[in-house]
Amino acid sequence: MESTGDPGIEARIKEWRSYLQRRQAIHHVDVDELEDHLRSQISDLGAAGLSEDESFLVAIKRIGGVNELSREFARERSSQLWKQLVLGGDGVRGHPVSQYGGLLITICFAIGAAAAFKFPAVFGIDPFDPGTADGGNGDAEASFYLRNTALLALPFLIGFLAWRRSIPVRAIAGLAVPFIAAAILVNVFPFETGGDTEPLAAIHLPIILWLVAGVAYLGGAWRGDAPRMDFVRFTGEWFIYYALIAFGGVALSGLTLGVFAAIDIDVEPFIASWVLPCGAVGAVVVVAWLVEAKQSVIENMAPVLTSVFTPLFALMLVAAIAGMALTGNFVDAERDVLILFDVLLVIVVGLVLYSISARDSDATPTLMDAIQLVLVVSALVIDVLALAAILSRITEFGFTPNRTAGLGLNVVLLANLVWSAWLLSAFLRGRRQFSDLERWQTRYIPVYAVWAAIVVVAFPPLFGFD
Amino acid sequence: MQAERDIRIGKDLVAASAMPLVLAILNEGESYGYAILKRIDELSGGEMEWTDGMLYPLLHRLDRLGYVEASWDSPPGGRRRRYYRITPGGRKALSEQRRQWEVVSGALQNAWRSFQVANPVLSTVEG
Repeated sequence: MESTGDPGIEARIKEWRSYLQRRQAIHHVDVDELEDHLRSQISDLGAAGLSEDESFLVAIKRIGGVNELSREFARERSSQLWKQLVLGGDGVRGHPVSQYGGLLITICFAIGAAAAFKFPAVFGIDPFDPGTADGGNGDAEASFYLRNTALLALPFLIGFLAWRRSIPVRAIAGLAVPFIAAAILVNVFPFETGGDTEPLAAIHLPIILWLVAGVAYLGGAWRGDAPRMDFVRFTGEWFIYYALIAFGGVALSGLTLGVFAAIDIDVEPFIASWVLPCGAVGAVVVVAWLVEAKQSVIENMAPVLTSVFTPLFALMLVAAIAGMALTGNFVDAERDVLILFDVLLVIVVGLVLYSISARDSDATPTLMDAIQLVLVVSALVIDVLALAAILSRITEFGFTPNRTAGLGLNVVLLANLVWSAWLLSAFLRGRRQFSDLERWQTRYIPVYAVWAAIVVVAFPPLFGFD
Repeated sequence: MQAERDIRIGKDLVAASAMPLVLAILNEGESYGYAILKRIDELSGGEMEWTDGMLYPLLHRLDRLGYVEASWDSPPGGRRRRYYRITPGGRKALSEQRRQWEVVSGALQNAWRSFQVANPVLSTVEG
């Protein structure tokens, strides 16, 4: 069977192997299997009278191109919707437009979003213009944008997604309902200037509207667990792309300012009131298009970042616990501590979600899962300590909107993580499937929407719009 | 028949029939990639041209769907090889595929019956 003692052919097989291994879609075991195939073929061809070099070439040719093979494996590995979209397969896209046509329509939606965002300026609401912002009305204008930014920008994202998914008009009308309701609510509520309920509503409203956008992203099929995971994946990628583009945009604006300052032209008002706001809003749509169109077939970015940061965060939290245990200093319930721990839990939930979304659900436990469990458990330990401190503060000073919102968010995330930790440890012990954890996370998503809705709708009247 | 030997079966047809064919071959007994391809060659008289590598993503898909089970076998001294075995779910899928293909092939047979009746007329016209 073993056809060869010739070092030449062995070297060439090794070279071919390493070439295959560079494709992330082709896993190590696949390469082994393909090598077995290659060697069988070579020895059969050799038996038929071909020289070893000839056999090698014929066998390689018959296995087929590495690109096609890698693409086929990637397509197979990703039961995920978005990769099929990118691969242009299976008629999901629905629109036979060329790539440039798609880009053009994307840009139209982005311009629409930017125009809608600047439209209030027609009525003199323009907090971005340093000239008018000084005019005394600046606070009211800023507060208008605080409440309405998401309402102005996200409809165009939804429109774009609805166009991509060919969503019927009736369903689009259904998606518009939460927007109209929210627009009426946040603009009718008599928020007090400088109160807490207004910024709280402004922070929580985009969460609800983003989940509405998720319904559009999934073409209305949001009830299944797998589609929801696709949307989680989309959200992660969108976030990363947006951050990158924002970074680039700020750098570009800074350079532009510097260059024009050098030639004594003041472009600052133009950049501040047009380029930055329009760019930031238009990017919402453009980034969504980028995530869909420019997604690498092989791997996406969110899981790469999570696998870098999961161990680092776990390490940081374990060190913090060790620090507390050694020094006996517990969490000091200062004013901002609640927000700090909310941010911590949001990050931990985010890390857990994205590493889940990127994982083979049928794979066996790995070291990464154990690290993740360490991360979740240590976050829980710290958070429980912080919660105890915060609760004592609340019983002492009473409920304010901020404290209640922070506490509610903390409880929502804590509940998620407690059960995640349980499922994760059961999975590590082989008692549970990984898909249970996946299902738990995707089924929990509506809870975030409900909590955000409570903060937007119920908090202002409850706390007297203060 | 002989004259048509060099006309390969179309790509789409190969792709469509790949899954039932592989399942049917595994239904004969457990096998591995290279042997499956050789068997396809035998069964089709060499007329079905595969890009060999493409079998493996397909096997992976069958595995994911639960139609086959894969296991590595490493004989002492030899290189390890991945064997595939059909599962009860795979057998069910196979019989369903078979039913569908029989419908298609029955329809084609019926369509060609009329074709055969028309053919002599054509040839007499040409004659």
